[in-house]
Order: sequence, then C-alpha cells, then structure tokens
Amino acid sequence: MPTILPTEPIPDEPMELEQGSSLWRDAWHRLSKNKIAVFGGVTLIVLTIACIFGPLLSSYSYEDQNLNLGASAPSMSHWLGTDTLGRDLLVRLLVGGRISIGVGLCATLVALTIGVVYGATAGFFADSKISIKWMAILSGVAGVFISIILCFFVFHQWSFGLVFKSGLIALTGGALMGAVLKKIGVTVDELMMRIVDIMYALPFTIFVILLMVFFGRNIVLLFVAIGAVEWLTMARIVRGQIMSIKKMEFIEAARSIGLGKSRIIFRHMIPNVLGPIIVYTTLTIPAVMLLEAFLSFLGLGVQPPLSSWGVLIKDGAEKMEEFWWLLVFPGTIFSLTLFSLNFLGDGLRDALDVRSSKD
Amino acid sequence: MFRFIARRLLQIIPVLWFIVTATFFMIRFVPGGPFTAEKAVTPEILRNLEAHYGLDKPLYQQYFDYMGNLLLHGDLGPSFKYASRTVNEIIADKLPVSIELGAISLGIALVFGLILGVIAAIKRNSFFDYLASSVAMIGICVPTFVLGPLLVLFFAIHLGWFNASGWYTNIDRILPSATLGMVYAAYVARLTRGGMLEVLNQDYIRTARAKGASEFRVIFRHALRGGILPVISFLGPAIAGILTGSFVIETIFQIPGLGREFVNSAFNRDYTLVLGTVILYASLIVTLNLIVDVVQVWLNPKLKFE
Amino acid sequence: MIRRFFASFLSIIAVALFLTGCGKRNSGSSGYDAPIGEDGKKLMVYNAGNGAEPQDLDPQVVTGVPEHNLLMTLFEGLVSEDPQTLEPVPSMAESWDVSDDGLVYTFHLRENAKWSNGERIFAEDFVQSYKRMLTPAFAAEYSYLLWFVVGAEDYNKGKLDDYSKVGFKALDEQTLQVTLNNPTPFFLRILASHYAWYPVPLKVIAQFGSLTDKSTRWTQPGNMVSNGPFQLKEWSPNQRIVMERNPHYWDAATVKLDQVRYYPTEDISSEERTFRTGQLDKTNELPNAKIDAYRKNFPESLRIEPYLGIYYYRLNVTRPPLDDKRVRKALALAIDRESIVRNVTRGGQDPAYAVSYPGTAGYTPRAQLSGDLAEAKRLLAAAGFPNGENWPHVELLYNTSENHRAIAEAIQQMWRTNLGVDVQLTNQEWKVYLDSQDNQDYWVQRAGWIADYVDPNVFLEIWTTGNLNNDTGWSNAEYDQLAAAALAAKNDTERYEIYQRMDAILVDELPVIPIYYYKRVYAMNPKVKGYWPTLLDNHPLKYIYIEEEPEAAAETE
Repeated sequence: MPTILPTEPIPDEPMELEQGSSLWRDAWHRLSKNKIAVFGGVTLIVLTIACIFGPLLSSYSYEDQNLNLGASAPSMSHWLGTDTLGRDLLVRLLVGGRISIGVGLCATLVALTIGVVYGATAGFFADSKISIKWMAILSGVAGVFISIILCFFVFHQWSFGLVFKSGLIALTGGALMGAVLKKIGVTVDELMMRIVDIMYALPFTIFVILLMVFFGRNIVLLFVAIGAVEWLTMARIVRGQIMSIKKMEFIEAARSIGLGKSRIIFRHMIPNVLGPIIVYTTLTIPAVMLLEAFLSFLGLGVQPPLSSWGVLIKDGAEKMEEFWWLLVFPGTIFSLTLFSLNFLGDGLRDALDVRSSKD
Repeated sequence: MFRFIARRLLQIIPVLWFIVTATFFMIRFVPGGPFTAEKAVTPEILRNLEAHYGLDKPLYQQYFDYMGNLLLHGDLGPSFKYASRTVNEIIADKLPVSIELGAISLGIALVFGLILGVIAAIKRNSFFDYLASSVAMIGICVPTFVLGPLLVLFFAIHLGWFNASGWYTNIDRILPSATLGMVYAAYVARLTRGGMLEVLNQDYIRTARAKGASEFRVIFRHALRGGILPVISFLGPAIAGILTGSFVIETIFQIPGLGREFVNSAFNRDYTLVLGTVILYASLIVTLNLIVDVVQVWLNPKLKFE
Repeated sequence: MIRRFFASFLSIIAVALFLTGCGKRNSGSSGYDAPIGEDGKKLMVYNAGNGAEPQDLDPQVVTGVPEHNLLMTLFEGLVSEDPQTLEPVPSMAESWDVSDDGLVYTFHLRENAKWSNGERIFAEDFVQSYKRMLTPAFAAEYSYLLWFVVGAEDYNKGKLDDYSKVGFKALDEQTLQVTLNNPTPFFLRILASHYAWYPVPLKVIAQFGSLTDKSTRWTQPGNMVSNGPFQLKEWSPNQRIVMERNPHYWDAATVKLDQVRYYPTEDISSEERTFRTGQLDKTNELPNAKIDAYRKNFPESLRIEPYLGIYYYRLNVTRPPLDDKRVRKALALAIDRESIVRNVTRGGQDPAYAVSYPGTAGYTPRAQLSGDLAEAKRLLAAAGFPNGENWPHVELLYNTSENHRAIAEAIQQMWRTNLGVDVQLTNQEWKVYLDSQDNQDYWVQRAGWIADYVDPNVFLEIWTTGNLNNDTGWSNAEYDQLAAAALAAKNDTERYEIYQRMDAILVDELPVIPIYYYKRVYAMNPKVKGYWPTLLDNHPLKYIYIEEEPEAAAETE
C-alpha cells in the first residue's frame, strides 16, 4: 500500500497544477498566508511547549498540597489560584495538558487512520463481491494478533503452538465464512459496514471494564478504548464521501488509464474528501479529551494526583459557584486549544483544497 | 430500490444476533454481579437469589432460555435491580420521554446547525464565518455537564423562569432540549460548513451559477444537497444516540428517560436490562444507518441502488 | 425540496416553542407545588430528595437506604421508633413482655392495627409475613436479619422444612410470640429500625401472583396496601413517588402532612439546585463544596447531624508489608485526621481514633489510637522501612467518587511527607471495587460502615473471623471469643465491658484504620418542623409538618 510522500508530485492529477509545485508545498504556502490559521497553529505550539516545560519552571509541583490553604482565588503567589486541596492550579493545568493533548492527538490519530482507511476501502469496494482469499488472510492475521495479545497479557507466557493453531483456525474460518458470504452475494461494503454497526452497538462501559479485567490498567488500553469508538463515525463519513465522488469524471479518468486501486483511493479520492475528514478530526479531539474523563471514572487512564483537562473541568463544574477559577481556567485553556485546532483545521482544509486553489 | 432495502433489512438479523450474543457473554465476564452489595450476602442467600432468577443454570442454558423468550414472546426478562418491573416495561416507560427530548433537541440542532453552517460556508473566511464558527465552537468547547448547570443557575435560579429539574410540564422541556441541542448543533454546523465548501467549487455548481440561477437557489437547491452528505453520515448514529437518551442531560435535569438506564444498568450489572437497552440501540443504529444510506443515494444522482 | 424540508423543521420548532410556552413557572402543574385539596385549602406537602430510584417498594425485596425512607413512610413494624431517641415505642404491638431469660418476646397487637384497605392485622399476618421472608425460593436478601429467631436460619437455608418449628407463634388473634436463639439485647431496636421486620399484606400479594415471586405488581399504585401513616398514590419511576395519608392508620390523628413526595435525585448538585428554586423541602445530601456557602448564606437551611457510621481504610493483613502490625500502626498514626475533617470533608465530621461510634446506645470506646509522628517513624523503621526505604508497591483502592479521591489524595500525601512511603491511588467502578473487596484483591481499601440499628455490636461484629464483611484476612481468636461472649452477656453493663476489650484489640491490631465518624449533611427548608436529628437518620414521617406562614411573607430565597 503506497503512502503519500509529502514531496512527491502528483503528475496525473486531472486538475491543472502550476508547474514545479506539489500539492503539499502549495498547501504549505497557502497555509502560511492564512493569518488566522497561523495564529491557531502558533497558539497550539505555544500551549504544547508550555505544558511540557512550564511545570519545570514553577516552584510548585502538581501534587504538593496545602490543606490549610484549600481553594484560594488567583493571587500573586498562585496565578490561577489553588484547588480544594491547596494545589497550584496553573501547574496542574499544564501537567494535565500533557495528558490531554497527548491523548487527544494520539487517540485521534488512531481513530483517523483506522477510520479513513476503513471507510475509504468500504466506499470504494461498495459493489465488489467478497474475496475468499482476502477474508482468509485478514481473519488469519487477526487470529494470530489476538492470540499473541492473549499470550502476553492474559496467560503471561509465550506459546507458539497456540498462536499457530489459532491463526490456522481463523484462516480456515475466514475462508469458510468468505465462501458463504460470497455465495449469498454480500458485498465488501456491506460486510464492513455491518461490522461498524456492531461496534457501535456493543456496550462501551462493559467493553472498557472487560479490557481492564483482562489487561490490567495499562495506558495503551486508553488508546484502544478510545480508538475503538471514535473511528466508527469517521469511517462512515469517509465512506459516504468516497461513494459520492466515485462516479465523478476525474476518477473515471484515473480508472480508465489503468491506475491501481489503492493509488486511486489514496492519491485521488482522499485528497478530494479531505475537508470533512479534517473537520471531523477537529471535532474528535475534544470528544476524546472528554471521553478520557469518563474512562478515568471507570478507573482507566491517569491516576490522581495526576490530572487531565477533562477531569479538571468535570471537577470544576461541580464547584463553579464557589470556586469559579476551578472551572473558568481549565475551560478557557480547553476552549483556546479547540479554537486553535479548528482554525488550523479550517486553514489546512482551505490550503489542501485543490479546486479552490484556482480561485 | 426495494431490493436494496429488503436486502439490508435481512442483514439486520445476523447483526442483531451477533450483538445480543456478544453482549450476553461479555457482561457475564465483568467482575461483580447483580447481587454484589456492600453488605455482603451470605452464600446460602446468594444461591437462593441465583436460583430465583435462573442464574444457577449453565451459561449456555441461560443463553438459550433468553433467546427463546426473546424470539418466541418478545420477552426481555425481569430486571434484576428493579424487582417488580420487566425490561419491556422499563423501556416502554422511558423510551417515549427520551424520544421527546431527543426530537426537540434534534430540531434545534438541525435548524441552528444548518443555518450557522451554511452562513459560514458562503461567507467563507469573513467576519460572519468566524462568528458563526465561533458560536458553533462554543457548543463543542462547553460540555453538557457545564452548559446544563450554567443554564439552570441563570434561568432557573437567578431569573426564576424554569424549574431547576423535573419533567412535568412543557416548560420543563426547554432547558434540557436547549442544552442537548446546542452540542449537536455545533457538530452539524461544522460538518455542514465543511461539506458545503467541498461542493461550492464543484463544476455543477459553477454550471448552475453560469446558467444564471439565483444565488439562493444555487445554495439551497444544488449545493446543500451535496454539502450535507457528511452531516447525513454523522446523523445516523447521532440520531440513534439522541433518541435513546443522554445520560448527562437526564441526570442533570432529573428526566425519567432511557439514557440513564443505558449507563446505570451496566453499573448495576442488571444483565437483562443491559441486553434490552443494547438490543434497542442496535436496532436503531442499524435502521438509521440504512436510512442514511438510502438518503445518501437519493441526494446523489450519480449513485444508484445496487 | 430542501426548502420544504427547512420549512417543516422550522414549523416543528415553532410548534414546540408554542406548546412549551415561554412564561414564568406557573404553579399547580409544575409537579412540585402543593395541590389544592377538596375543601379548597392548599394541601400540606413535604417534598424530599431521596437518592437513587428505589429497587421496589416490597419491604422483603429491597436492600437500600433510599428504599428505607420510602418504606418507613408506608409501613410500620411491631414496634416503631421514638422520633428523637429512636428507642422502641408501641406501634402495631401496643405492649410486649420479655421472658426472664431474654429469649421469648410476647407482643400484644392493638385492636385497631389495620391495613390501608381497612382490614385488620392479626398476629398470624406477622407469622406468615416472616415465613415469606424466610422461604428459600423467595430469596430475600435481608432474610439473615431474622436469623436471631429459633429455626429461622435453618428454614431459610432449606435445612428445615417445617415452618411450625420456627420461633414465630400466633398464640391468638392478637398475641405474637417470638423465640430467640440468644438473649439478643438489641432485638427490639432492630425490630423498630429495620424494614425486614415489617409485615406485608399477603392477601393482596396473592391477588397478583405467587407469594414467592418478586416480580408481581402488588407494589404498583392502586394495588399496594400498607400499614404505615401513608399509602402509595403515585410511583413514576426516576421521577417521583407520591404518598398520601392512610385513613386507616391506627394513629392517624398524629399525622399532619397530607402528602409526602419523594424525588429520586442521583445527582446531588442537581438536587441542591432544585432545592434552591424552592422545589424541594429537603435534599438527600449536600455537595461538599456547597457546605461553606450554606454556612454563610443559608445557615438556617443547613443541617449537619450525627450519623451512626464510620469511614475507614481496610488493610489487607495477608499482603506484605501490611501483615506487620507495626506498619499498620505507623500508617494509622501518620494520618492527620483533624486536617482531613477540617479541610477536606468540611462537613463537621469527627475524627475517629477508634472503630466504635462514641455514644452508641450509651457506649463510648475508651481505647483510642494514640502516638505521635515520631512513634510512627520508629515503628516503621522497626518494621524494616526506615524513612520509607525498601517500601514495596502498595495501592490504595477507592470507588470512584470525588470525595473519596480527595481524601485518598490527602492521605497519600500525608504518608509521603510524614513517613516517606509512596502508595499508588487506584479507583474502580463500584461493583468492580466490591468484587476486589470480596476477593481481598487490594492492599488498602477505603470503606465505610453505616449502622442498621443503634447498638455498638454493629461496628464490632464484622471483624470476627469468617464474617463476610471482614474482608481483611484479619483473624483474632480472643476477639472471636469476646464477640460470642457479648451476645450471651446478661446485661448491657457486662456486654459493654466486653466491647471495650474488643475495641482495644482493634486499635492495637488495626486491621482497619479509622478515619472519621460520619455526619449527615443536607439542606432543609426551615419551615419543616417535627423533625429531629437522629443517629440513624430515621425521621418518622407522622410527626413532620410544615409550618404555615402568613400569606404576606413571601418566599425570599
């Protein structure tokens, strides 16, 4: 599967492109001219740097309590005030930002990758019949993968026999199922989208608790749990978009000159549906940050005295009338991040818009 | 088209079967059971309890019993937590409340979301765009558990216009619907803007403009049709979620809807209620995604039902 | 097309807004305001927040605190509670005799003991009610509260089939005899305070299905019959439960309220806001953050009352390093309880230095946890962890809640600064947490114990070997012997002396670290009268009333 190399020109792009420039170089050029997007990007970078290095400069630590001080309003010694246990809110915000930005970006990236690849595949192969070969291979790989995870996390011992056997069973099972599905005429898209339907409907709380029962409280699980839900809508949106442009002239043209399928998908189709993808990505990040707060309710995620923006906002919301700063500052920094992300996202979308570049 | 829909309806059966089966077994592996309590129950009493609810039988037997009752009688079983009520009753009781809340919120979300999104798209990168986008962003940045209490503090406690909680008269519908609608409006607005921008530069829009169609007609007749595609994709699962209730909103406003049961049944390990709510949600998801797919084809003349 | 689509949505919204109307909250139909009675006067209504939605209203099925409040409004047992002291007072039984050996109780039922449908209650009703409770197939969770009675445990466990061998006898229509296994000194207090001992209307239940079926509809409004001061009028799940006067109640003249309405309010912040709009007369709880604000702004509405319960940390004595008594004591001594109750819980709680609650039915533990930080450090060093060196991995487990987290964070910090030991905080969702407790899969676990009846026995019996609520792995032969001896003690003086020795063992061995004694903190409309603080937070509804005020004095809140 070829990946998009940022500097590689796209010669067969049916739209006219100025000579010697590439999609990405052009995009960068346009992006840097978009003031509000640049502002968003700079803010994000500043915030990230502040979160990483800020706590080192402060004389307070995120966990040092001063019970007698308790919740105090912003002052010269505590710029953003203190929480009910007398901890400096600024440091806690910055340290929490490491978690939230990290989780927000990584988990969204996971969701984005799975969602885009999955949705694009389903949309492109909407009418294709299932291939027994692919079903068998994918199912076999999944079987091997799952049994390796089981070996490491649940049984705590490596067993080649188990992995081999489960791989083989999954391979045959996949082939058989593929044969049956092919016989009754199920398409690739139908199978893939029904799997998405199933993933939507499985009870998330129970899924998360089970994850922790089997794998312990591992930070990786946080991404697994978030990734497992957040890619679904992304996949549906990408699929819908891909299907809507599949019959357009430039795609037909690309097909007629005999380009490979993955090349058509990733070079020609995805760039043309980037807008909704970017928009939904910027919507996913806040959702992920708040989902992290829910997961920490279930015991997955960061443990106190560490905190995250989601948790801080949740705590602040409970006390907003008494200690306004506990909600206002976390809320502000959260909003500032999201606004910047959206401005950057919008700018990026504009910059990557191959069609509007002619305007 | 009829063939397409019939085919998809048939596919619902294996999907639902898989979801029910997977949930049935998943929930049994979760630590703690319906009768786990802080004051420990003696082993004898626990055995009596399990026998009373048939939980002492082998798991596969319980599964076949459950499926049998479900398929033959449409019976979702008794709730373990709410002893005198069945799952069917609980859903029948609470679903209408959630649908009412959801429908009003959805209306608010679509009206405000589409208007804001369209304005932002056609006035792209202007002051109006930033204003509309910022209003939409507030819906995303302010989570419901902050917005709900804020609205209550201002409108119910400060101004005294509403009750702080409850679901008795029509006036009690306003604050919760506004809170829930705001969030979805934000999503709709952002997705509409994104979708519209994709479309506004398409050749057929240029063609329409060139033919001298009015700007209003171009936007609402031609552009919106393609522009709301991402919104439609998003709406399938979103409507399923919004109709089955929102846990946060229902808790903040003390609304007797189904959303609380979704979350609480899992926490209570109320096995049958979990399954009942999952079956309901799954059916909605599958049906709505089917409708979305139909609408998508209908909105895009280049696609055909196959 | 699209325009039509738009237009239809706009009209839906318009209709919705029209239907909902945009005026001021109008009274009468809001679901909270008092309705007008038949005589044209406003009914006296008491609106109370009540925690979670009840499981059911069958006293033999339910197990929780919210249910308790509802059931004590609807039902009454053989004896009932004094509204101020909670001492047993006559109820369905107008008098009772106790045999000299303390084993046989004879209750004399009053002639006007009636169900709310007007039918009389006979001694046999009690005998048969308890039979239902003890029937194995019915699987009542609180049936063990009846095990004090001869044969009850065996019958409940299915070892005894003949119910006539169980110690409940109806000597005649109005005389009930109960025979106990041991002279249980607190028997009458359990009887007065616990709903497991309420009678149930078996004739009515039988109309709706089998007596041993939990899922019948007899607890629905219209079907339900009870014997307390109020009867069920409306039950809207997750919304409200309305009760009205029971005209057939034996003491109906004392009852002042016309209606009692309970609102299940799981979210205590939302409940507090609902209180502030005047919709509720009483909240079930008050968020910690609000306590100081109420002290300042609405002191007349703030209620802080003693509550018979203790907040403590369980220690798993089977896991090193907690298997060492010195380590347990060092950890216990290094907690600044005064600071926790003053700065973290903030609800006027009392720091706990012993396990029993001071002043429980006249009992106050003499043995107190004592020692300073230097002592704690010395003990820790003696156990092989000087200044926390070599300290192994230890986790502090709590169920997810902001209050528990704040306390755990404070204690984690105290242990770190005072002893140099590091513990990890772990939170779990409620049932997972209970599962960890049952399987003893923890190091340190936050827990609490709330008494069901007023007697020091409640706090001490759970630490005996094999008690299902022990869960620490701690076992002490002397302690077990004392516990058995206490139940056989002739009088309370003798019994309390035994309890003193048990309390002394607990603060020496420390399988649990006491932290603070609970307080009930909530908000209540100052117009509510006939309401006294009690140790169990039980407030018999028949005495409660709302003070009328002159029309002119409008609500200022």
